[in-house]
Formats: sequence, C-alpha cells, structure tokens
Amino acid sequence: MPVNVIESLTVKRLEILDPQGNADEGLLPPLPEEEIMRMYELLVLSRAFDERALSLQREGRIGTYPSILGQEASQVGSALAIARGDRVFPSFRETGVQIALGYPIHLLLQYWGGDERGLRTPDGLNIFPICVSVGTHLPHAVGAALAARIRREQCAVIAYFGDGATSKGDFHEGFNMAGVFGLPVVFICQNNQWAISVPVERQTAAGTLARKAWAYGFEGVQVDGNDVFAVYRATSEALAKARQGGGPTFIECHTYRVADHTTADDASRYRSAAEVAEWRKRDPLLRLRLFMERKGLWTEEDEKNAWQRARTTVDDAVKEAESAPPPEPEELFQYARATLSPRQQRQLKEIAERGVRNAE
Amino acid sequence: MPEMTYRDALNLALKEEMRRDPTVVTWGEDVALYEGSFKVTRGLLAEFGEERVKDTPISENTIIGVAIGAAMGGLRPIAELMTVNFALLAMDQLINHMTKIRYMFGGQVNLPMVVRAPGGGGSQLAAQHSQSLETFFMHAPGMHVLVPATPADARGLLKSAIRDNNPVMFLEHELLYNSKGEVPEDPEFTVPLGKAEVKREGKDVTIVAYSRMTVLALAAADTLAKEGIFCEVVDLRSLAPLDTETFVVSARKTGRAVVVEECWRTAGLGGHLASLIYEGCFDSLRAPVRRVSGLDVPMPYSRKLERLCIPQEEDIVAAVKETLKAQY
Ligand SMILES: Cc1ncc(C[n+]2csc(CCOP(=O)(O)OP(=O)(O)O)c2C)c(N)n1
Ligand SMILES: [Mg+2]
Repeated sequence: MPVNVIESLTVKRLEILDPQGNADEGLLPPLPEEEIMRMYELLVLSRAFDERALSLQREGRIGTYPSILGQEASQVGSALAIARGDRVFPSFRETGVQIALGYPIHLLLQYWGGDERGLRTPDGLNIFPICVSVGTHLPHAVGAALAARIRREQCAVIAYFGDGATSKGDFHEGFNMAGVFGLPVVFICQNNQWAISVPVERQTAAGTLARKAWAYGFEGVQVDGNDVFAVYRATSEALAKARQGGGPTFIECHTYRVADHTTADDASRYRSAAEVAEWRKRDPLLRLRLFMERKGLWTEEDEKNAWQRARTTVDDAVKEAESAPPPEPEELFQYARATLSPRQQRQLKEIAERGVRNAE
Repeated sequence: MPEMTYRDALNLALKEEMRRDPTVVTWGEDVALYEGSFKVTRGLLAEFGEERVKDTPISENTIIGVAIGAAMGGLRPIAELMTVNFALLAMDQLINHMTKIRYMFGGQVNLPMVVRAPGGGGSQLAAQHSQSLETFFMHAPGMHVLVPATPADARGLLKSAIRDNNPVMFLEHELLYNSKGEVPEDPEFTVPLGKAEVKREGKDVTIVAYSRMTVLALAAADTLAKEGIFCEVVDLRSLAPLDTETFVVSARKTGRAVVVEECWRTAGLGGHLASLIYEGCFDSLRAPVRRVSGLDVPMPYSRKLERLCIPQEEDIVAAVKETLKAQY
C-alpha cells in the first residue's frame, strides 16, 4: 500500500512596511491619513511612557517594570484593531496595548509603583487585569469567548502572551478548547525571541510558533511584529472573522525585546550586543515615520511636536500617580471577598485600630 | 567556622553533592545559563555541563513530572521552581504523583528527588508571587518538607535531602538569601531530616517557628531578654517529618507557647502545632497557646499594606507578653 501525504502544513508571514519605510501598497490597510498619524502618535506615546517608566524605576519611584521597547508596533497595531465591545486579556508586557486603548496612564504608573488600585479598569474599557503568571490567562480568554457566544454578544476576545507562554499547559489546553468549540478568540503572541534568559529556540523545537495553531484546527499566521500595518491588518481580519463566527486565529508577532526582561534583569549576561543592534535597525517607530515622510504627511516639526505632546502627557500622569494618597488598611480586606468571614472582620478591626495581626 | 550567605551555603551544598554523586542532576526555568533567578545555581552549568544542568521551557507541571520520571529511572533530580507560587501549577504532579507513586508501587520504586522553591512574602511581589504555601505540602503524606532558617541548616539540610530516598520539598525564603551565618567546613556536614533545634534557651515562654519566622523569633527573644523575659526559641527546620518531641518538651518546661507562621492563619500550620502542644503538655500549660500568623487576605502589592499582612517581630513580642498575662 502506498504511503500518502494526508496533510501538509503551510505557514504564511505577512509583511507590509519594510525597515526603510516602503510599503506594499496592495496590502496596505485602508486607513485614513489622520488615523495613520494617530497610530504614530500612540507609538511615540508608548515609547515616551516606557522611557519614563525606566527612569522612574532607576530613581526608586516605581518598582520592577517590564519594558516594551521594540514591541510598540505589535502592541499599538493590534490594539487599534480592537472594537469597543471586545474583551482584552493582557499579560504583563502590554503597556502599549493599554495606552492605545485609552487606559489612563496615571493608573498604569500607579500600578507599577506598587499600588493595585491602578488595576481598577475604568468603566467602558474591557481590559482585564495584568497577568503576571505566564500564560494562565489564556483559559480565561477562552471562557470569556464562550460567555460572549452563549450570551449572543457580537464581540471577540483577544489574549496577549509571550513566546515563553507557548510552553505552558494553559496555552495548549486553551488553544485546543477554543478550537473544539470554535470560539471568537484571537490569540496574539509577541514572539520577542526571549523568555528571560531562554531564547525561543530553547523554548520550542518548532520552527515557528504560528504553526502550533494548526494542531488545534485553526489558522496561525506570522506577521512582522515591527510592522504596525501588518499587525493591524492581521488583527483586524482575525477579529472580524471571530465576530462573524469564524472561530479562533493565532497571530505570531515576530518581534524583539530590545530591553532587559525587566528592570531586575541584565540581559547582557546572556545575549550579544550585536544581536540587539541588529534588531534596533528594524525599529518599528522609525519605519512608520519614514513612510509618513515619504507620503508628505510628516515633517521634522511634526516629529518634535509629537514627542513634546507625549512627554507632557506622561509628565502630567506622573504627577497624578504620585499624588494618589497611600492605601488604608481597610483596603486589605475590602476586595478579599464579597462578604468577609467573621475572622477576617476581627483581623480588620485589630489591624485598623491597634496595628496588630494577632486577632483570633 | 567561616561565615557565608544562605545563598552560598545552598550553592555549596549543590556543588558538593553533584561532585559526590554523578546521578545528581538539576533543571528548571533559567537555572543554567542565568544561574537561577536568585543565583543559587551559580557556577553549576560551567562545572557540570549541559547534560546535568538544564534550562527547561516554562512548563512547571512537566518540570516536576519529568523529575519524577527521572527519579524512577535512576537519577537524583533536583527540580527548581522559580518560586513556590508556581508549585500550584504543578500540584497534580506533586501531590497526586510524587507523594503517592512509592505507595502505589508497593515500595518497589523510590523517588529520590528534591524540589527547591524560593518563597515567602516581603519583596513587594503582590498577591500571586508572595505566598507561603508550606501548609499545602505538609498536609500531604509522602514527602518531606524542609524550611531552613540559617545558612548552616540550609547547607546541611539540602545535602541530606539530596541523599535521602524520599521526595523532598525544599522551601527557601527569598528574604534570607543574603543573610549570613557560620557554616561548618566539614564537607560531610549534614543536618538530619526531621530534627528541630533549640536555637536559644529560655525559661519563660517557648516560641516555635521556622524559616524566616525563626529569625524574627530570635530577634523578639533578644528584645524581650532586655525586659527580663527569657524565651526559648525552637526552630522546626523540618515541617515533615515534624519533630514534635522537641517543642513539646520545651513547652512543658516553660508552660507557655507562641507559635509563629508566615502563612495565612485559617487552617495554617500554627493550628496544628498548637494542637500538638495541647495534646503533649496540657497539664503543664499555664496559658493558652498563642498564634502569630499572616492576615487572611491575598498579599497586597503596596509596601505599606504588605507589611501589615506579614508577621513582624513586634507581633511576636506582643504575643509573648499576652501569654505571660494569662495564669491557669
Ligand atoms: C507560571 C509562571 N512561571 C514562571 C514565571 C516567571 N516568569 C516571569 S516572565 C517569564 C518569561 C516569560 O517569557 P515570555 O512568555 O516570552 O514573555 P516576555 O517576558 O518575553 O514578554 C517567566 C519565566 C511566571 N511569572 N509564571
Ligand atoms: Mg518572550
């Protein structure tokens, strides 16, 4: 009996804007000029925030912070494709997504400054709390998509995670269930090549992450994650497909973590400066700026003004975050449960009135 | 005796045991090239090579499952969980398999493996990364649970754990890594498993503690000594097996006991310790046993609130004074 090929795999990669700012006009998403400029301003704002957060951390004004440097296009590009009713499940490195969706910047700073009140999402934004545990929010995203379907809500769910998360059981089990139920969920992996000190080749023996979706019965595509148009286009299409009942999609944004893993890390101990320099040449902001300049949309003056505006916005947010009064002991218990147990009530009373922890 | 840090003492124990026994291997997230998030595995990759020192993908349940398989296959694996909080992702392998396989095989296989896990609160790592889960592990029969407080015990207990034929949960405290203490030079120095130690003698009140809480208990005992109150501090060192004898004898002598736990109070190990003290020396007690515990809330991110949740030296001092007020 002959051996037949019964299945074979192809993985597509989408690129629209190259590092020199040349675009494939046929693939360009239909964005008005103002929207392209807004996209760029959000990239600038994300980077301005990131720069400021790193310096605040060095000054001891916020705690450990994970930089998004180099990943701005993956974040802003995908976020701008999200519609109002969609639900967003970030990991811990999605500042650019949060900023692009209008999450108040001062709250982000308050959170990274060690104050959970910064996680209380303002009404109207469907952004779930930052998930520091790697990959554990993927099943939540799948569950939210199931709820949306059962409640007949015309929305999609989008979940963000890193290359390292693809090793987690939560990733595989979540993907599988999303595939089996055909749920409206878009999985976005920012493959930034590193999970702390472990390079992606040591995370998986698979040549691309995108191909992992195929095993679960839905499409996986790779996009140039430093190309804001490619990310925007792939995410818009995947979200539209999900909202129309077409099931899940997996998007691998091929990008790079230019900074250390967090401010508590020193990446020079485990990777070469040459590698970092090579990726810096593919800067996601620069290529969009070159594109806009070529189109006559952007001048040196505009560039200066955009940075000026972004820095002012961030400065104001820093002031607001730092003027938040410190949390009171009541807050310890306020959200621990919908109703406190009698023992919790006694503990609260003791700690608030006498500052002691020994209530029985 | 030379002074060294808790971190270096652990590192030395790993190196000594890996030199001594070629079946000792170690793996976990960022343990090889990065030398561990807390640098406990420093120098291991360089000395023992990639076959024995491995970085794994981020797969906690499988990190433990593979260690179980390798232990059955004839190795002595040491699996590092980046922090004890990630043990929760591996609970099935830890509780359903690691602690039961020997039993289910009727003793035909041993699992000579160690799971090392840093943990505890106080580093402002928020609700999901600051937990003290010791009670979860000691609840399940079938594994040892070790909780060293000093560099000497860290070294001696880790060496014993690696040589032991039972699975061991080895809980390191993140705030102790930089603490210093004298450590015996003898390369054969070990600390027996399941033996508590009286770290300070006293006649008035017994304080039972473990891990970082022992350090706080000793500080509280110093403070109280200046006021003429003399505490005996029993450091458990091992939660399973638990050396009940040592703290019961001490409580019988002093007639008063305070038990200190970093974990949540509700169903915490302090309740278990208190019941053992009541059972063992009810007639000698002159006051109710007092518990000092963490508050029953998720750990807050805020520095100010976090401090309110974790037992402090002053809580131990207050509890000791409370027990002295009572008079049975
Ligand atoms: C379940 C779990 N295991 C381990 C960690 C520790 N940890 C935090 S971030 C990280 C690497 C994550 O890498 P990746 O998924 O690629 O995301 P990136 O940091 O690159 O954005 C690890 C191992 C964790 N937070 N949660
Ligand atoms: Mg990564």
